[in-house]
Amino acid sequence: MTLQTGVDSSPAVVARGLSRRYGRRWALVDVSFELPRGRSLMLAGRNGSGKSTLLRVLASAIRPDHGAARMLGHDLLRERDLVRGCSALLSHASYLYEALTALENLQIAARFLGRPANRAALLPLLADVELDTRADDPVQTFSAGMRKRLALARTLLQDAELVLLDEPYGELDPPGFRLVDRLFATLRASGKSVLMATHLLDRGAALCDEGLVLDSGRLRWQGPARELPARGGLDPASLPEGGA
Amino acid sequence: MNGLLAALRKELLLQQRGAAQLFAVLVFGATALLLFSFAVGPNAELLRRIAPGLLWLALLLSSTLTLAESFQSEMEMKALEGQLLLPASPAALYYGKALSNWLQLTLLGVLLVPLMVALYDASLPRPLALLGVIALGAAGLSAPGTLYAAMTQQARSRQTLLPLLLFPLVVPVLIAAVKATALLMHGDPMGQLRPWVQLLGAFDAIHWSLCGLLFGRVVED
Repeated sequence: MTLQTGVDSSPAVVARGLSRRYGRRWALVDVSFELPRGRSLMLAGRNGSGKSTLLRVLASAIRPDHGAARMLGHDLLRERDLVRGCSALLSHASYLYEALTALENLQIAARFLGRPANRAALLPLLADVELDTRADDPVQTFSAGMRKRLALARTLLQDAELVLLDEPYGELDPPGFRLVDRLFATLRASGKSVLMATHLLDRGAALCDEGLVLDSGRLRWQGPARELPARGGLDPASLPEGGA
Repeated sequence: MNGLLAALRKELLLQQRGAAQLFAVLVFGATALLLFSFAVGPNAELLRRIAPGLLWLALLLSSTLTLAESFQSEMEMKALEGQLLLPASPAALYYGKALSNWLQLTLLGVLLVPLMVALYDASLPRPLALLGVIALGAAGLSAPGTLYAAMTQQARSRQTLLPLLLFPLVVPVLIAAVKATALLMHGDPMGQLRPWVQLLGAFDAIHWSLCGLLFGRVVED
């Protein structure tokens, strides 16, 4: 399937019938949605519902088995490099080298991106995630939350038009939560489109425009993000285990 | 070109941080050379004659450690995937890694030579030419080795799988490298060195071009 859309005025994401399986298990089944440019979308669902798989498919980290998508007008399958050039993924994996320092990890990414990779250019980015005082420490000495902050800095370094955040609050402390809120607001203010997978329904609903709920890889609910906590079917009381 | 330089700088930085690993591989190679000498016994003439083969055998065995290790840090936190998504060119990432592995294997080969001379009483009439042969042979190991190391890195039994896949493929390279080394050490009355070195160069050219093309298919989903 090929989707025809112009590049300039195209939506941030047009997904049609995306499906992906791991072995014999389908992680994503026939998921279709659109996200207008400059808008944000909250992706919710229980563990194993397909949120990370959807983000990884949209970031072109993995290929869909069926379906098609256009990211900012670029075909996900045929224009992989263009999709990658305009999107950035904050994944569960940090994409960092443990043996290298925080600054060196950013320098590696900056060199590949063709950006200035000197200390002066990258320290402000580390300051944004409150890691500037640990710039020269190896990542292997970092806590999980600090790694997440550094991964966030690496994602921001890409300065992509479309930002895909997979549980950005995971492993962070309360100041870290506020940091993500602040960075999210900065991204929105600069006109970026953002997709965020999170279990923090109220927080996500307050930040995002649109909402989308996945259940066993299928699209279960779609609507305004503010309505997701109440109507998305993820209300803690509605779940047998008593938690979303 | 910028991507290749970025990849090479990254690899050299990682190598610098993992210098202890190079030392461990060197000890492994030296131990192999020592054990070979014990296995052959006190026949000095025989040792001298087979020294080139034993040198390359030690280098081949050590290379599997170097090659497998070179992808460990890429897979721990999926750093390789992160670079592909930047997007970095798979070819640049491959050649950066293969060049870095080549440097490491060449250095290892050079460091093993004095030990070979000491243990096997081998002569070294043309040390610079031997350096050239070691560099060419190491190139023939590192190019397919880097590709196969990437391919087997996700496998559960990667330590077994890598030599199983790599060794048959590099047999021609090894034969050419051993012959060229032997001709350098024992003399070349028939002028056979040049064709063996040319053969080695030809295998290197094939491996370096083909593996660079295939790397993207190996590491991309």
